[in-house]
Amino acid sequence: MLANILVTTLVNGAAYAMLAVGFSLIFGVGRIINLAHTAYYMLAGYSIFTLVRVAGLAYVPAMALSILLVTVVAVLCYKLLIDPMREHETTVLIITIALALVFQELMLKYFGGHFRSVPGVAEGSLSILGVQVTRQQAITCAVLAVILAAVWLLLHRTRFGLAVRATAQDMEAANLMGMDVSRIATLTAAVSAALSAAAGALVAPLNILEPHMWLNPLTIILAIIVLGGMGSIKGSIYGAAIIALSESLVIFLIPQGSFLKGAFSLLIMIIVLLIRPEGLFGVALEGER
Amino acid sequence: MKTRWAVAAALILLCLGAALVAGCAREEAEESRVIKIGVAGPMQFVHGQHHWLGAEMAAEEINAAGGIKVGDEYYLVELVKIDTNELLSVEDATNAVERALAQDNIDLLVGTIRTEAAVAIQELMMDNEKIFITCGASLKQMADKVGQDYERYKYWFRVTPLNGELLARASLILLQYVGQVMKEDLGLEAPKVAVVCEEAAAGDALAAAAQQVIPSFGMELVGIWRPSPQATDMTAELTAIRGAGAQIIYTYLSSAAGVTYAKQWGELQIPAASVGINVESQAMGFMEATDNYGDFECSLNTYALVEITEKTVDWYNRFTERAGEFPTYNAGTYDAINIYREAVERAGTLETDAVIAELEQTRHTSAAGVQVFDENHDVIWGPGYATAVGTQWQNGELKCVWPYNWEGITYPGTVRYQIPPWVAEALQ
Repeated sequence: MLANILVTTLVNGAAYAMLAVGFSLIFGVGRIINLAHTAYYMLAGYSIFTLVRVAGLAYVPAMALSILLVTVVAVLCYKLLIDPMREHETTVLIITIALALVFQELMLKYFGGHFRSVPGVAEGSLSILGVQVTRQQAITCAVLAVILAAVWLLLHRTRFGLAVRATAQDMEAANLMGMDVSRIATLTAAVSAALSAAAGALVAPLNILEPHMWLNPLTIILAIIVLGGMGSIKGSIYGAAIIALSESLVIFLIPQGSFLKGAFSLLIMIIVLLIRPEGLFGVALEGER
Repeated sequence: MKTRWAVAAALILLCLGAALVAGCAREEAEESRVIKIGVAGPMQFVHGQHHWLGAEMAAEEINAAGGIKVGDEYYLVELVKIDTNELLSVEDATNAVERALAQDNIDLLVGTIRTEAAVAIQELMMDNEKIFITCGASLKQMADKVGQDYERYKYWFRVTPLNGELLARASLILLQYVGQVMKEDLGLEAPKVAVVCEEAAAGDALAAAAQQVIPSFGMELVGIWRPSPQATDMTAELTAIRGAGAQIIYTYLSSAAGVTYAKQWGELQIPAASVGINVESQAMGFMEATDNYGDFECSLNTYALVEITEKTVDWYNRFTERAGEFPTYNAGTYDAINIYREAVERAGTLETDAVIAELEQTRHTSAAGVQVFDENHDVIWGPGYATAVGTQWQNGELKCVWPYNWEGITYPGTVRYQIPPWVAEALQ
């Protein structure tokens, strides 16, 4: 059972981490709580569906094109709707939730409430530590790990990453040092949306597409980033692992209460916050500031 | 001279006025010879679309035949589409029906799917003393109310599906049949059963019933899993079920979770046959939605392309051709409107109490079986009535697999249940 729990945690945690890191990134740099973040995840799924099922493209080019398309849409939304209101956090919150609902209604209008799926790159299943997982899940995990490593390198080994971290630590100081904070925020919004789109593109073949598919992951990643510490990339990854582990534990240990996995994750988040109100890695972030 | 002209002009005006009044009155009388039927459902979703298509087919046929005969006059059917959005908001559902009652002045309501919305709409319709024929929600308590307070709830009837208690019984009989096939074909002595019931009121009843009944079938219960109806990932549950050594999975999945479950069940090749209720597997788009991994999923259903009655095959094909979809139980609006038509024609009046009295005498042969209402206005289940059917996806085609020699019934066209090949291979 231990192997089952660990492998399930790994598979689910990777997708959560991908979404949470993108969310944290734009919050860290722009202080923007982007509730439309998982809507980009949904858009990527539908984009792949259209390109694969309607246009007849292969999965990999469809995935690349979808990530590009969603990133462009996200940057446009950022520049037109969010950037002008960035100083007003509550307004941004309302704008982003409205944006997500608009995307949801558009998908409902054009695709209806039908459940849909897209084929993955690999079929069948394989055994990891004696636990059966689909090949698509294994590939998704590996690609997610590579993407997360690339994000880490981008943030810690490039000038852009340095600028992002500097802006995240102190936006005013970064501005006074001559950095184009607005441009950095725009680029970060693009990276954040691309991460969300990539998560959507990779997870799309594993899950079912439907216009409300963005809501459940949004609740989960909110729990993850609060648990890990708002704006902390490392915290997001740890938070994702903890939430995925708690979900697996509920399903394996309390099967009759498996519907409670979301509530149990939120309970863990509350317990951690009672002990460390700033989240697991919030202190370090505050200290840096 | 002037006076004569004035009299003549007055007479002409009088005649014109009289003609106008007579014309308007006739037009009004013609307009009033319309029965407005509200069709309530979530129209953006397959449930509401089937509500509407079933109703539209019935209305077209009735109107083509001249309308509903009330005494010596014929009334045309006019449908009012009511998008309840009930899968997302119960408030939207009641608001939409309130508007249809106040603005469109509907005479009859058919449809609804989500229990919470159906119960709220039931109260609304009873307040307005208008007939409401449910075609979608299965909560038994809706019928119990008729027995408890007949005067208030006499306006309510249900055509499809069977109530939750009967669905549980029928689906457990289907489980017993699949268990029997597993015993015969694979030599299993006491198949191990995992129960997967989504967390919903109907799921509670089914999980409790399964827990009691499964051991009496000579099967062993290895665990009960209760995922959320909106679960987007069930790999953990399925991995746990595999770990528990289940050989059959008994399901109650009424929404999105059913597609997720079936897709991951097939893709992970869980070595356990899947049977029970998976509403989404009734839809033609199920194979595409599951990327073909839903093959061999078996579920209780209302309609199948077999001769349940002499009407089934013709109606099933006509619906499928028109909708591009197999009919689900929501398409029972077709039967609901025809049952209402028959009752009105027998009553010879639109007076509500007289129509209710005739509805209570209903014996309607439909595509789903012979529909008769019990004392609580709920459709009767059993041999000779509506039995429900078991359908299974077999190599991409939806086949009827049950009743199969059950109570002496095998509908012509029914085939034997097929054990999924990877399950047979793993268990042999």
